[in-house]
Amino acid sequence: MNTSPDPSLIEIRNLARTFGGGRSLFGTKKPELTAVRGVSLDLEKGETLGVVGESGCGKSTLARMLVGLDTPSRGTIRLSGENLTDGGTRALARRVQYVFQDPVSSLNPRQTIRDILEAPMRHLLGLGSRERKERLERLIEDVNLRPEFLERYPHEFSGGQAQRIGIARALAAEPAVVVLDEPVSALDVSVQAQVLNLLDRLKRERGLTYVFISHDLAVVESVATRVAVMYFGEIVETAPAREMFRAPLHPYTKLLIDSAPVPNRKRAASAGDSGELPDPYDPPPGCPFAPRCPRADEDCRAAMPRLEAKDRGKEHLAACCHPTPRRA
Amino acid sequence: MTSAATTSDTKAQTTARERRERPSTFALILNNRLAAAGLVVLGLIVVTALAAPILPLADPNATDPASRLAPLFSENHLLGTDALGRDMLSRLVWGTRVSLVVGFSASLIAALFGSAIGLTAGYAGGRTDQILMRLIDLMMAFPYILLALAIVAILGPGLVNALYAIAIVNVPFFARNIRGITVGLARREFVDAARLSGKGPLRILWSDILPNVLPTIVITLSTTVGWMILETAGLSFLGLGAQPPQADLGSMLGDGRKVMFTAPTISLVPGLMIFLIVMSINLIGDGIRDALDPRLRSGASARPSFRTRVAKGRETPAGDTGRQPGKASGSVHPPLPAGISPTRGEIDRTETSAAADLPPCGGDARQGRGGSSRSDKDDQSVHPTLAVRGLETQFHIGQSVYRASNGVDLTIRPGECLGLVGESGSGKSVTAMSIMGLVPSPPGVIAGGRIGFKGEDLTDASNARIRQLRGGAVSHVFQDPLATLHPLFSVGDQIVEAIRAHQSLSTREADAKARDLLDLVRVPNAAQRMKALPHELSGGLRQRVSIAMALANDPELIIADEPTTALDVTVQAEVLRLLDGLRRDRNTAVLFITHDFGVVSEIADRVAVMYAGRIVETGPTAEILTRPAHPYTRMLIDCVPVMGEPGRRLDAVPGRPPAVNRLPAGCAFADRCPRVESDCRRGEIPLEEKRGNLEARCLHPLEAGEALSGDVRTAATTSDGTPRHGRSA
Repeated sequence: MNTSPDPSLIEIRNLARTFGGGRSLFGTKKPELTAVRGVSLDLEKGETLGVVGESGCGKSTLARMLVGLDTPSRGTIRLSGENLTDGGTRALARRVQYVFQDPVSSLNPRQTIRDILEAPMRHLLGLGSRERKERLERLIEDVNLRPEFLERYPHEFSGGQAQRIGIARALAAEPAVVVLDEPVSALDVSVQAQVLNLLDRLKRERGLTYVFISHDLAVVESVATRVAVMYFGEIVETAPAREMFRAPLHPYTKLLIDSAPVPNRKRAASAGDSGELPDPYDPPPGCPFAPRCPRADEDCRAAMPRLEAKDRGKEHLAACCHPTPRRA
Repeated sequence: MTSAATTSDTKAQTTARERRERPSTFALILNNRLAAAGLVVLGLIVVTALAAPILPLADPNATDPASRLAPLFSENHLLGTDALGRDMLSRLVWGTRVSLVVGFSASLIAALFGSAIGLTAGYAGGRTDQILMRLIDLMMAFPYILLALAIVAILGPGLVNALYAIAIVNVPFFARNIRGITVGLARREFVDAARLSGKGPLRILWSDILPNVLPTIVITLSTTVGWMILETAGLSFLGLGAQPPQADLGSMLGDGRKVMFTAPTISLVPGLMIFLIVMSINLIGDGIRDALDPRLRSGASARPSFRTRVAKGRETPAGDTGRQPGKASGSVHPPLPAGISPTRGEIDRTETSAAADLPPCGGDARQGRGGSSRSDKDDQSVHPTLAVRGLETQFHIGQSVYRASNGVDLTIRPGECLGLVGESGSGKSVTAMSIMGLVPSPPGVIAGGRIGFKGEDLTDASNARIRQLRGGAVSHVFQDPLATLHPLFSVGDQIVEAIRAHQSLSTREADAKARDLLDLVRVPNAAQRMKALPHELSGGLRQRVSIAMALANDPELIIADEPTTALDVTVQAEVLRLLDGLRRDRNTAVLFITHDFGVVSEIADRVAVMYAGRIVETGPTAEILTRPAHPYTRMLIDCVPVMGEPGRRLDAVPGRPPAVNRLPAGCAFADRCPRVESDCRRGEIPLEEKRGNLEARCLHPLEAGEALSGDVRTAATTSDGTPRHGRSA
């Protein structure tokens, strides 16, 4: 992997994805749901971008668009300056790979591990059988599994092992970027660390760039260098990880951080928050967090604020009219 | 290192043994007596038909008017002759041969085209799917025999054309079946993974989807072959299939019809053959279906009984189920695991006699120590709400006995919350489900122990009593409210139903009470939400509805099985606070199952850590979280990232928990433990007081504040030979 001259490895501009919509055969309008509404992000080489947010915030849809499993309705994805938005899965899969949440269901039950891991080498890299064999053995040892596992079937593995196979499958294509969609949340706590440590080592050894999607803030805090917070299909705050967790700008980020369970700490009560998301079929005009926000006023309900730098330097952006002041 | 090697060896053996234990498909078919009989009959028929050219048979088409209509068993003609004097036996064998070939080829052709259409429609979806399936519907709209007749009418009569007609008529069967399966598979993650591997749609269909659909194709094939042979015979009977003089079973039947009254055997012989073929194929087909259907395979076809079976003559710990708290002696030691090998039994017995002098580990004495000092005195006078003693819940599957809950003791007092923590498979849910007999039986059996609920032993209680308690004095909250709430009834109706099952209230009163309950769990706009269906509510609201239902009859014990795991953190905090407030206000005992120490510290007064079916450590929450005595607890806490400590080193617990059907002697955690010594692998290790209020099942417990030795940990490897990494970001 040579270092790319372009500082931004991936440039995402105004990416949006709408489901449904259009008209049925008889001319009635079908309901339309916007899962991702205009996300812009830059991904620097070598960073781990943590994407956090609650279920239904559009983080998985964003991830699927990044690897080409889903086609954006609007916006562009550029990889090292090259527009790959309409290239489909194949164009993106060569450079951007994906690790699934549920390791067992992402492995075909009727194929051996060898078949599964060889597929990207054969179809994306076009390698011959001898080269594949060599690389496979290195790859399987890289994810701390024994070579004889190659001849086995997915059901013979535990969750942690299956997830390591899923990671190996993603790395088989030698991508520059790996999108990890909740890679440890389906795993038992006792093996989560195993997978996190493995990801950390692989990143260092192979110079990878990660997009790490999770709802678990503690996990994101321990792996991410930069964090983007999503709410209702939009990025509401992005900042270097330490900065974000120390002094969040957006009240939603603050709510998330305060809500995370920590051993030996009682969570602060957030009075009256029902946790209700706005109706995605009928989105409000202003900030979607306003109904839950203790700092909201008329400005917030009128229009969605732009994602921009506030008083914390140009790296720390928030889409909020009344950001939380720095803690005294 | 040694321990790691042992672990991996054991695991290799385990997989090999598990492979052997799983019966093969063929063995399953043979086990099915009817299917095996069908296989034998069909095998004989097929072998005879295949051997027709080498068998000493007369020419099936040679007419001999002199000996026409010879009866059965006549000389030279075992089955007699037909109206033209042809040998019936010879015609039967050759005719069967033709019928089988036609039937099987028609099925294969139908399967090939039908599956291709189904796969394409299911995978492509959208417009392609619509058009293909409407065409298939169109074909199905015609009565099949009419369609076959029309096709033969167009192509002209003849055996091959009849074959085509039958194949075409049966294409929709396959297409619809296969499409249904493919639609489900096409949305599975491994298909996404295949796309990400750079495979094109055709390759995905061929190498990823087809292998998963193949069992269904085989099942459909095996259940339709018989039918197709019947249909071919029907067309031939009508004179549209095999043309004279060629024999097939249908045309023989047609020939026989003309002389039915003078020589009934001529139509009877091919008729019987058709019956035998179709019957045996259908029996085999059913056998194949039963063997390949994974649900039938796991033995879950039987409906579970109302209540978990309680083994007769189970071993129960002598002593109380909560009647005389605090005064228990050594007799409340957990009972011996029943029905195991004599060696194990002996070890147990010696250990128990030795343990008799030890402080009781299962007794209520623990309660006093476990609780705060303030409640210590009160506790003496109050019956615990729940007092489980030596509970053994097992699963009997085939020859193996899985000890999911292996001598568990739990005590919860009114208003107290006990957190039950452990990895998946540690037996925490089974333990909780055993209390109300909710473990499915078969294969679940409560093989020993007592479940004391306010002094009453629930294992001895009648079914009527259990029914009265369920949802009444003891209620459950489960992880996924979408799965536990009925999707077709409004949440209001469901709460009303829960109330009226236990209280004789009018609908209106129950309605008002349901509304109050929704208010109580802080569902905004309760009156309106009463009419909502479960899917119309968010996850947090749904879980609040489940809690409202659990509270409907003022329970004294709430069993909450991972109630916040599926919820977002912001909602999780709310739901926890709600549960915590309610149990304090109403003095309800709560058994709270979770794997999250953060959640535990928020709600539980005491924690019990479970491993491989046993409680390995128990004590007050703060003590366990900060100064655990058992190395397993320490490792379980250390392996999870904690908010606010991003630089914290994470260490995975190496290896895997032992299979609960093959528990090792001694400590079940020994293979994964950095402090293991040789005495850990011998005998029963009792759960006993270590320091302060902590009780642990460990011979070499940690001192207060002692960390696991770093040297040992870096040297250790995981079971797969994984060098472990300390991450210091």
